Amino acid sequence: MFLMLAVFGWLNIYGASYTFDQTSIFDFSNRAGKQFVWLLGSLVMGGILLLIDYKTYDILAYIAYGAMLLLLLATPFLARDIKGSMSWISLGPVSLQPAEFAKCIVALAVAKYMGRYEYKIKSWRDMIVPFALIGIPALIIMVLQKETGSALVFAAFLLVFYRQGMSGYVLWMGVAAVALFIISIRFGGVALPLGTGSVGMLTCMLILTAVEIYFICKEHYMRWQGLILTGSVVALYGICLIINIWFKMPFDWIAVGIVVALVIYNIVISLIWRKYMLLIVAFFTLFCIGYTHACDFVFNKVLQPHQRIRIEVLLGMKEDPAGAGYNVNQARIAIGSGRFFGKGYLNGTQTKLQFVPEQDTDFIFCTVGEEWGFVGSIGVLLLYLCFILRLIFIAERQRNVTTRIYAYAVASIFLFHLMINVGMVLGLLPVIGIPLPFFSYGGSSLWGFTLLLFILLRLDAARMEQLN
Amino acid sequence: MINDKYYNRRYVISGIAVVIVLTYIIRLFYLQIIDQSTKDQADNNALVKQTIYPSRGLIYDRNGELLVFNQPIYEITMTMRDMGKEWDTLAFCQCLQIDREEFNERIAEIKDRRKNKGYSTWTPQVFMSQLKKEDIATLQESLFLFPGVHIQKRTLRDYTYNAAAHVLGSVGEVNQNDLDHDSCYARGDYSGRDGLERTYEKQLRGAKGVEVLMRDVRGRIKGSYQDGELDRTAVAGTDLHTTLDIRLQLLAEELLAGKIGSAVAIEPKTGEILALVSNPAWNPKVLVGKERSKNYNTLLHDPTKPLMNRATQAMYPPGSTFKTIQSLVCLEQGAITPNTLYPCSGPGSSPIKCTHHHGSPVALDRAIEQSCNPYFWCAFRDLLQKDGYGKDNKDFRHRYELWRNAVMSFGLGQKFTDTDLNEQSSGSIPSTKLFDKFYGETGWKAITIRSLSIGQGEILVTPLQLANQAATIANEGYYITPHLNKHDSMRIHRHNLDIQKRHFEVVKEGMNRVMVYGTGRHYAVDSLHMAGKTGTVQNPHGRDHAIFIGFAPVEDPQIAVAVVVENAGFGATWACPVATMMIEQYLTGEVKRKDLRKRIGSTVLNESVKKW
Repeated sequence: MFLMLAVFGWLNIYGASYTFDQTSIFDFSNRAGKQFVWLLGSLVMGGILLLIDYKTYDILAYIAYGAMLLLLLATPFLARDIKGSMSWISLGPVSLQPAEFAKCIVALAVAKYMGRYEYKIKSWRDMIVPFALIGIPALIIMVLQKETGSALVFAAFLLVFYRQGMSGYVLWMGVAAVALFIISIRFGGVALPLGTGSVGMLTCMLILTAVEIYFICKEHYMRWQGLILTGSVVALYGICLIINIWFKMPFDWIAVGIVVALVIYNIVISLIWRKYMLLIVAFFTLFCIGYTHACDFVFNKVLQPHQRIRIEVLLGMKEDPAGAGYNVNQARIAIGSGRFFGKGYLNGTQTKLQFVPEQDTDFIFCTVGEEWGFVGSIGVLLLYLCFILRLIFIAERQRNVTTRIYAYAVASIFLFHLMINVGMVLGLLPVIGIPLPFFSYGGSSLWGFTLLLFILLRLDAARMEQLN
Repeated sequence: MINDKYYNRRYVISGIAVVIVLTYIIRLFYLQIIDQSTKDQADNNALVKQTIYPSRGLIYDRNGELLVFNQPIYEITMTMRDMGKEWDTLAFCQCLQIDREEFNERIAEIKDRRKNKGYSTWTPQVFMSQLKKEDIATLQESLFLFPGVHIQKRTLRDYTYNAAAHVLGSVGEVNQNDLDHDSCYARGDYSGRDGLERTYEKQLRGAKGVEVLMRDVRGRIKGSYQDGELDRTAVAGTDLHTTLDIRLQLLAEELLAGKIGSAVAIEPKTGEILALVSNPAWNPKVLVGKERSKNYNTLLHDPTKPLMNRATQAMYPPGSTFKTIQSLVCLEQGAITPNTLYPCSGPGSSPIKCTHHHGSPVALDRAIEQSCNPYFWCAFRDLLQKDGYGKDNKDFRHRYELWRNAVMSFGLGQKFTDTDLNEQSSGSIPSTKLFDKFYGETGWKAITIRSLSIGQGEILVTPLQLANQAATIANEGYYITPHLNKHDSMRIHRHNLDIQKRHFEVVKEGMNRVMVYGTGRHYAVDSLHMAGKTGTVQNPHGRDHAIFIGFAPVEDPQIAVAVVVENAGFGATWACPVATMMIEQYLTGEVKRKDLRKRIGSTVLNESVKKW
């Protein structure tokens, strides 16, 4: 399955960099030829990885982690500036991206730490070390190397933690944070038709109100109180609407007030009933209130201008087909023009004539879409799905917790890459430059993924040895 | 299992993966199956349709002389990207004999994306256009010194003779109306704007070809799309063979120089127009290329109205030339016989006086010869009063109606509909209704409309109609619609008149006498048996218009001519010599009367007529 993806990806790189005047797929001066070398290299590497004793990985995990941190720290000083990113180290004719290999090493280290016999996620304290393990490299990559995409990949580990017993609320909090961010950015500037305030803020507060009421009812077993609370909130808004006839009411601040009142109520009864879990919810809600107000600030001041524009384009706040929206628009045209069966291998006009930038790396999926059509694209997506489900299956058959965690890390990383990359190409997610595993041109990423996969295969093979 | 408690979470994680992939498949379905717009956008991106212009059909005269052809012009294009650093601007300017400032100005204009939307440093941009071969000769030799510069060949109309501008018409850029009505045109295309170029536009233009090319993101051409499967070759326009005799046309234009007027010659048996001259005219070369709009504007505002095709559009009272028709209608409708005599003076003839001195009374042939006004007044009066006036003037008005129909059967008072001549005027033969409106049904008598008897008053004809009238008389009772296309693609009709042949013989005899004894005798040529009729048309705005119609040889007419010279004076003095020289030229191939030719040609009657 690995080979299928890699070979198909390689053919498409040839397709993407093919410009009607090149002849051979094995011409090493072009990217398809180079990718072929990388592919052979990765097979050799895979073979070597399979020969190494499985315990080596366990022993080397922390040492490798330390070495990797040093390398990551050193990279910005050794690297040349490539399109604003400082993540490439040149070794003679080839460039390497240490961040690609970091994923694998972090996965090993996390697996080793969380796979210890006595380790269990009981409280939030148990999560400090794992979060630090993924957070430190992520920060280095994001801040020093300016590679936001590669850093975001470490968010994939949240799924691993979730499998190991981390509260599901953390995932929901993540989803909620993204949702609130989008709503407050998208509708933050839209004024309410009544009174004063913005649609975005009011919507966020209404959502928080609902969340707060839900938790109060659920955790305190007070179903009837929920009805009363909901009723009184609705009534309050009704009164405000009536008053609004005479005075302009600042609805967003009223909403904030209601949420704060609910939070205080929640805190009080939590303390009385000694349900400390609810305190977390309460504080999270308070945090969210601040967060939604901070969104504008984050969006306008903290994010880099190009990131801000990418998000604005995605949310339809800005039309810019010649500038920031160019990639996405051209990708849409290329994929769309493939129709059902595609234009045929090497016959895509959009990709062949280089209308889609980065079409052999991050936007490689365009080539698939244009030349293989709907059928081919679905085929590739389903292949990836099978691959990821297969990884999960492998993970679940492990008796060794470390290996299982590692397997989940591998599956999560692949899933995350697939989601971000294809979502970006299809115009569903903002443009974040991360490769499509095995497809995108690039030796580092191909080797990085090979490393991830073959270490897993080696560990999986060790399953039997351990039993004996 | 250590964390069995969380075992079910594997399904949640798997579920997330499945949901993501499903979402993407739905999105793909939308993009690739439902959304239809991307196909066109993709083609717009990658395909360039390059038009291949066909060469426009040539125009010849009746003897196969080339009149209109295509001249190559040159365009200098530049591909900025290929120009390089060692490009010698100064040397380039010297080659083209422009100065540095002009060069910079042009480059700035090219680079201004507001003015030049398709600007790309990768594609050739037009630097200078419509250059003559002489202009680019120096550059062509040293082209290798200037990378990125190309010389592109295109074609413009060119003309062998400075003649027949009105007939040939011109070619200009298409307007919005053309674009809306004919999908063949694209903005910036050329099409025939007037004259034959417009009438035969479809034949002359041919069919555009197209080459579908692929271009990359920078606009560089990457070869033909699908191996040229969608390409079409251009089909050249079909040549047009006209009925014009360019020698005759040139002579007539020469003779009318310095005067306002027109001359039309027709081959009576075929209706082929041998010459169609309107003066003032212009040199057809001035309405070509980059000078076109400037010159067109000058012509448009010229007080002598050169753009008007006087031969088909100007309307004049026919004056005495109308007496030929008058004779025929009166004979046919039984008002007179060839032997009817009317006195030239005395109570019956008033109020119209005779302008010539001749014996009296006269018969018809001599009346035509001497152009006796009272004779035709009396004949006209007797025709209209033949049945008396009747109740409420009814019989008289009926007679008038019959007379009018007969007159109109000569092609007067209406446009020729089945011809290839654009821009005609219909002229006017006043209707019964017009007089009813003016005088009331009972308020007008023969005396009221007496001017009509001698071709004055409300009656108006065009020179083309006059020539056709001459041709009809020459043919003794029919005419073929005048036309310009030798290979007659139009439906050309023979129009038969309800007038007996013997009446024509009488009138022809009269017209022959005009050239032997009458007003035209001074310009007769012994060897040519000509017939004609002069006319001197009173004109409230200035001197009389001189008019002449005629044909020759009388026995077997080969050419019928009509000449009008505005504000010239006597028809016999100004129009007649022009016409007879045209006849002489056409029938003998030369004009022997060199002094006369020189005198007429060099006389300037209107100072404001410009020679282009």
